[in-house]
Amino acid sequence: MESIAQLLQKIPKYDGLPEMLQALIPIIVSSIVIFALLALAVLFMVWLERKVSAHIQDRLGPMVVGGWHGWAQTIADALKLLLKEDIVPESVDRVLFKMAPFIVFLGAFAAFVVLPFGASSFVTDLNIGILYIVAVSSLSVIGIIMAGWASNNKYSLYGSMRAAAQVISYEIPAAVAIMTVVIYVGSLSMVEIVRAQEGGFLNWFLFRNPFLFLAFIVYFIASLAEVNRTPFDLPEAESELVAGYHTEYSGMRFAFFFLAEYANMFLVSSVAATLFLGGWTAPFSILQFIPGPVVFFVKALVLIFIQMWMRWSLPRLRVDQLMYINWKVLLPISFALILGAGWMAIL
Amino acid sequence: MNAQEIAALLSEQFGDRILESKPEELNPWSAVDPSSILDVCRFIRSDSRLEMDHLELLGGVDYEDRIEVVYVVYSMKHHHRYTLKCLLPREDPHVSTVESVWSVANWHEREAFDMFGVLFDGHSDMRRILCPDDWEGYPLRKDYKAPESYRDMPV
Amino acid sequence: MEVNYSGDIMTLNMGPQHPSTHGVLRLELKTDGEIVADAIPHIGYLHRCFEKHVENVDYAGVVPFTDRMDYCAAMNMELGYVLAVEKLMGIEVNERTRYLRIIMAELGRIASHLIAAGTYGNDIGSFTPFLWCFRDREDILDFFEETCGARLLYNYNCIGGLTQDIKPGLEDKILKFLDRFEPEVDNLNRLLSDNFIFIKRTADVGILSPEKAISYGVTGPNLRGSGVRFDVRKDEPYLGYEEFDFDVQVGKGEHGRLGSCWDRYMVRIREVLESCKIVRQAIAKLSPGDVRENVPKRIKPPKGEVYMRTECPRGELGYYIVSDGSPKPYRLKVKSPCFTVMSAFRDMCKGTMIADVISILGSIDIVLGEIDR
Repeated sequence: MESIAQLLQKIPKYDGLPEMLQALIPIIVSSIVIFALLALAVLFMVWLERKVSAHIQDRLGPMVVGGWHGWAQTIADALKLLLKEDIVPESVDRVLFKMAPFIVFLGAFAAFVVLPFGASSFVTDLNIGILYIVAVSSLSVIGIIMAGWASNNKYSLYGSMRAAAQVISYEIPAAVAIMTVVIYVGSLSMVEIVRAQEGGFLNWFLFRNPFLFLAFIVYFIASLAEVNRTPFDLPEAESELVAGYHTEYSGMRFAFFFLAEYANMFLVSSVAATLFLGGWTAPFSILQFIPGPVVFFVKALVLIFIQMWMRWSLPRLRVDQLMYINWKVLLPISFALILGAGWMAIL
Repeated sequence: MNAQEIAALLSEQFGDRILESKPEELNPWSAVDPSSILDVCRFIRSDSRLEMDHLELLGGVDYEDRIEVVYVVYSMKHHHRYTLKCLLPREDPHVSTVESVWSVANWHEREAFDMFGVLFDGHSDMRRILCPDDWEGYPLRKDYKAPESYRDMPV
Repeated sequence: MEVNYSGDIMTLNMGPQHPSTHGVLRLELKTDGEIVADAIPHIGYLHRCFEKHVENVDYAGVVPFTDRMDYCAAMNMELGYVLAVEKLMGIEVNERTRYLRIIMAELGRIASHLIAAGTYGNDIGSFTPFLWCFRDREDILDFFEETCGARLLYNYNCIGGLTQDIKPGLEDKILKFLDRFEPEVDNLNRLLSDNFIFIKRTADVGILSPEKAISYGVTGPNLRGSGVRFDVRKDEPYLGYEEFDFDVQVGKGEHGRLGSCWDRYMVRIREVLESCKIVRQAIAKLSPGDVRENVPKRIKPPKGEVYMRTECPRGELGYYIVSDGSPKPYRLKVKSPCFTVMSAFRDMCKGTMIADVISILGSIDIVLGEIDR
């Protein structure tokens, strides 16, 4: 935000505005920038997902819209969704029903504020950045429960209950895995965490020691569950619950759920890239000429690709198996990891 | 066992309760007195010479003067097949259920009830199965006339 | 799983419009949270009065109706019917017709089992196997299209023969397809059948013991999945299946108890390879001949009745035909394999979870067109 505020200072007569506006405008401008970035990233990710799934499944995917490999397909789809009739079923709780998609989206959106895309390209560097991400991203559960309850549909209710149980449970191993990194850095600030990994890929926390490597795997698995991706896509398991908590949604509201899902995917991949893969720092010193944001996006995309790859290859777990993996496998492992990492840090 | 032997065995076991036997036909069958169908079925299911453990088909046939319930049974062990028939009056046909002998009879009997109106005494769940619960008439009877409308919807 | 139902019971209507009820089936689930206390199937949404219709058309006109029962394996449906009428009339078909019928029936079985395996993967949450299976099924449909002009409802078998001979060169195309297809089955196994999550989801779920399976009249791959070695093609051969060398695949209970969803699924996968064997042998035996040699000029069976059953992809399909000597069947009753297995469904579902209901339903592989007729 500082950089945006500095840019705004250069506008003539900006100082003449009331103080209230001077404080508000940078906030609004940076929100718009983040939103635009996010929308663009999601459009690209949806296209990528369709292409990846198509090639895994021995077909081509979108090939027509836009010319080259159907690059404009998702833009057309997004426009179609926005132009669709806004259907609110008769027996829903109207206020909650209309509010839910935005709350779900808000959870993902707000977390982007502290992501350091590059050495100087971030909105703000909170000194409790990673804690803030964990806290804000779990806000979306409230939206999901709202959607499930307000829809007045049993499938939605099932979906939202599953989502709540799953997201809240898996947050614990994810947070504990994050803590192993924090022990090393001694700071919760995202920028500080990246700075601690500068100087080639051997300095990345992923390759520092075996405990951190395992912590990355624990975090990755838990984050898959947090964003409801296969094999943990139970809340929207289409073969069981039709579409889970967004069964009754259509048009623009559905698009917001969709946007939030992909934004969350991008978020967890970015967090993993920041914490374990060195954020914006280049893996080799020869590659240092590449701008930080590009390196960051490439790393996030690699993780997103792995998520997609898993989604189109694996079947889905059952509820009891899901809970088993969390409470009896991931959680003990993550506690052991934090002990191990702490011990290594002392040495 | 071949059909002749099965027919002979049944007659020997049940005497005049087997009304008629045609073992020489393409599809060999015996007509059984409706009141003793359950006994006959139990016998052919449990007797070690027959062991008819597989009820292949249970269905009705409307002959305009009577309704027949046909049981095609097969033995997975001995690989032989036989057909039993129950001849019932068209007015108020009912026969005892064989659900306790073969579980699959449950649904087959429901279908026969749905299509021919044959009531199976002692059946645990005697509802229509293919037609809606409030459908009138028994569609596979020869004198059935399809209704013009169902719940104000044209048929 | 032993469960006590202490909580409130909620009724959940699954279907008739639901992505994984494989058609228009309604399941009335009594659920306590995720646990299913009872699953009551309601059928009849696709009832088209097949048995009433056929009383009003002549014998040859019934064949297209049979196609529409199990639209996923129409070749096998019409084969059962024409064999029943031929048995009633005492018609013997020549060798070429027999082998062509076997080739078509076995290709139909492969296509049908591919649908079963693909949609089962989809039910468990993996979408990719579905498209892989449909890619290979597409080739089989191309063969059918080349032979009789239709891709789904063929009307290819007729009483006493076939409507037409195959186009020259089709045998080579089929052999080429089999060479390509057989390794694909291994690919599918690697992707789905041996997947850890897939096994966890399907093994030890929906157990159908052999005794129960026989009592419920379950047939075909579902019965063999319970470990009962019974196949009409072996135990009561028709069309000369006894000349062919193939194995009857049964469930072995490799993962968990015998008769689980995984066993039933795996029997189908293995049967696909057996069918490939049969097709190869049948093509080798194919000799020239006229497929319409034995077609009768007018079809008027003698008075009497007949029961004929064949091994269809979904179990044994029986036709019980009563003839009164007129050109129309007096009564035709179908013994539908899906109907009988569906009656066992309620028993299999008690005390499982919602996700298990879907995996059981997928594993018994039903087609509603055949249940409701």
